[in-house]
Amino acid sequence: MRTTEPPRTLPPKRSRTRYPTDSIGGLLAKIILLGIVDAFAVYVLIVLFMQEKWAVLLLAAAVTLLINWIYLRRGGLPAKYLAPGIFFLLVFQVFVMIFSGYVAFTNYGDGHNSTKEDAVNAIQLSAQQRVPDSPAYRISIVEQDGEFSFLTTNPDGDVSIGTTGDPLEEVSDAATDSTGKATELEGYRTLQFDEVLANQAEILEVTVPFSDDPDDGTLKTSDGSTAYVYSPTLVYDEAADTFTNTQTGIVYTDSGDGTFVSEDGEELGTGWKIDVGFANFVKAFTDENIRGPLVQVTLWTFTFALVSVLSTFALGLFLANAFNLPNLRGKRIYRILMILPYAFPAFLAGLVWSGLLNPEFGYVNNTFFGGADIPWLTDPLLAKVSVLVVNLWLGFPYMFLVCTGALQSLPEDVNEAARMDGASPWKLFTTIKLPLLLVSVAPLLIASFAFNFNNFNVIYMLTDGGPRLPETTANVGATDILITMVYEIAFGSGVGRDYGLASALSIIIFFIVAAISIISFRQTKALEEIH
Amino acid sequence: MSTETSTAVLTGPGESGGRPVEPATERRRTFGAWFREKGWRHLVGVVTTLFAIFPLLYVLSAALNSTGTMAGSNVLFSRIDVGNFEQLFSDPNRPFGKWFVNTLVIGVVTSAATVFLGALAAYAFSRMRFKGRRFSLLSLLVLQMFPQLLAVVAIFLLLNFITDVVPWLGLGSQVGLIMVYLGGALGVNTYLMYGFFNTIPASLDEAARIDGASHVQVFFTIILPLVTPILAVVGLLAFIGLSSEFVIASVVLTDPDSQTLAVGLYSYVGQQRSENWGVFAAGAVLAAVPVMALFLYLQKYIVHGLAAGSVKG
Repeated sequence: MRTTEPPRTLPPKRSRTRYPTDSIGGLLAKIILLGIVDAFAVYVLIVLFMQEKWAVLLLAAAVTLLINWIYLRRGGLPAKYLAPGIFFLLVFQVFVMIFSGYVAFTNYGDGHNSTKEDAVNAIQLSAQQRVPDSPAYRISIVEQDGEFSFLTTNPDGDVSIGTTGDPLEEVSDAATDSTGKATELEGYRTLQFDEVLANQAEILEVTVPFSDDPDDGTLKTSDGSTAYVYSPTLVYDEAADTFTNTQTGIVYTDSGDGTFVSEDGEELGTGWKIDVGFANFVKAFTDENIRGPLVQVTLWTFTFALVSVLSTFALGLFLANAFNLPNLRGKRIYRILMILPYAFPAFLAGLVWSGLLNPEFGYVNNTFFGGADIPWLTDPLLAKVSVLVVNLWLGFPYMFLVCTGALQSLPEDVNEAARMDGASPWKLFTTIKLPLLLVSVAPLLIASFAFNFNNFNVIYMLTDGGPRLPETTANVGATDILITMVYEIAFGSGVGRDYGLASALSIIIFFIVAAISIISFRQTKALEEIH
Repeated sequence: MSTETSTAVLTGPGESGGRPVEPATERRRTFGAWFREKGWRHLVGVVTTLFAIFPLLYVLSAALNSTGTMAGSNVLFSRIDVGNFEQLFSDPNRPFGKWFVNTLVIGVVTSAATVFLGALAAYAFSRMRFKGRRFSLLSLLVLQMFPQLLAVVAIFLLLNFITDVVPWLGLGSQVGLIMVYLGGALGVNTYLMYGFFNTIPASLDEAARIDGASHVQVFFTIILPLVTPILAVVGLLAFIGLSSEFVIASVVLTDPDSQTLAVGLYSYVGQQRSENWGVFAAGAVLAAVPVMALFLYLQKYIVHGLAAGSVKG
């Protein structure tokens, strides 16, 4: 079989060799480990069965069987060694990759994060209005495991308990005070007046449904001692699949975009997840608010990655050359001190530098520039320069180490010959050393480019993408690179989270990085053939 | 001492080949000649060293200065006390001690598991011949182009689903986070190790097998001890990478008690940089010291690994 490796260390008949069977200890270890895995798998399968998640159940069962088959059969030794790593790789790298692809074609995000059924329920619960002239329920606020419930006494004197999402249930063993109002129930702690005040906000949020059907209405309180009946202002008509507002009479219908919309185009807050085809990709390239910033961010991402690679490589190579001299005193000290930034955690570097460069209180302005107010991180151009300088600080030691290693492995005789022929040091460097060096270092430069293309930490910690771009309402800044933009869209605090759009952008980034990597690896192959 | 041995490797074989310089000639030379040959190198060395260590000195100075604000830390080492460190460990809303332990535990467990899973795979690739071997090696390389960072939304949603099934493995769980990290256990690590495994002569394990050793015994008692350097490199690089990992950890770990240093320390200064500066600096120093110490202690392995990587491509 042809392999990528030179076959010299490996006699070709390896696959035929038989290993002796396992020892007792090995067998025991195998049984125990496989037992643990299977026990866990059975537990998961039972939970999935109870939750009626059939597709996942089938998949999990198949994986469990496969694992057992791999380890219980006699042959297939390579699979036994590869399976654990590949399992995690498939679930948390390959699957999430594919899943990203799927999410990119949905409207998943804030307001669209569940099924239509859940959305209908949520809308009914959220749109509640007090029923005029409805009776008052006397209540005590009770607490269990940090959750507040209403212990209610209805006008007829019947006592029930319920909490948000957990409908009222009649209880018989509650203690009542002289007025007949239920005050205590076993298993619950009754809140005193000052505690009610302290937890006001949470108690106002409590919405206790009368039954599982949201149309029956709910109980809410405004003072912690009486509750009133609230009923949904939006009523769902299952047959017509519409919501009707009981007060205005406006009818909201399924728009096909995962929301209920009135004829005037008014949307109800909660929607559900649907497949939207290429809409997210189209949005990325056409929506005014996104297209402009996206182009800007993409250009900057390329600039940032390219300049970062070139600047760190140039400095690293220069230093490697400068210190590639025998008998240079203090060389070891220089080297150790110089590689310290490489050992410093990258996320801290960004934060520390953001302090150094702080315009008002930072060391750089106050000490180096005598109190000048230079906006290092808030002026778009200066912020970009700052990001590049900080990344140079972080990255040059790596290149220095790599170049030192590569320089030392260059054949000495070529140098010698060139020197004999009277080549100047510069000429020697550019025509002999550099090309030879590039052959070995080029793949690392490409890897470094790909890494910097997604170098989240330095940007996020130093400038948080800022300063903000003025021409867009999206939360995008002048130093944002693609990956920080994706993070902001998916988990940012600005406008609603949009998982679909974020995933679409991820997919686009992936294709860019993959294309560049493939092209440049081809180029370096060509480079290798020349020499 | 470690630095002695490590720098011995740093200054490597290439340099020992240089011709010895006779002290007598050196003394006779003019300053100009000395500067052209060596002096400028010292100049470059001093300037670069200052650039490299200046931010580190700054953060150390700020950490030791309990005036606490950013403005107060602008004269390096003007005050030295441990007030910031005391404050760092006394804020119950920002449990620095827990973050530290969390980071260590997650980092050590994940990098140990990464090394083990990678070594298993590298052993299979290096010592066995099977169908799809070349394809698997290539796929690993290609998959590396899609960093997990890009799939953070999907990871969030997947863990969200897992929360419904097995709550202690889902969002907010450190075990869940470790599993996510292990998704990247193969890939580049396997490549590094695979290359190194190939340099161990196969005759060694053949001899052992003839003596009746099983494949497991060969792996644990013959191969693993011989490849310790690369295991250290991979483990250390994994640990350093993990100690800085912010994105996935910030999405998965929501409860302050379960967070890592990267997520926690960011929350310290995420909103208002200048206020908590001194305490943050103290946290930064404590967070960086173990990683840097480990790095310097093992640097001969790292440098060797990097250099080997660069030469072989």
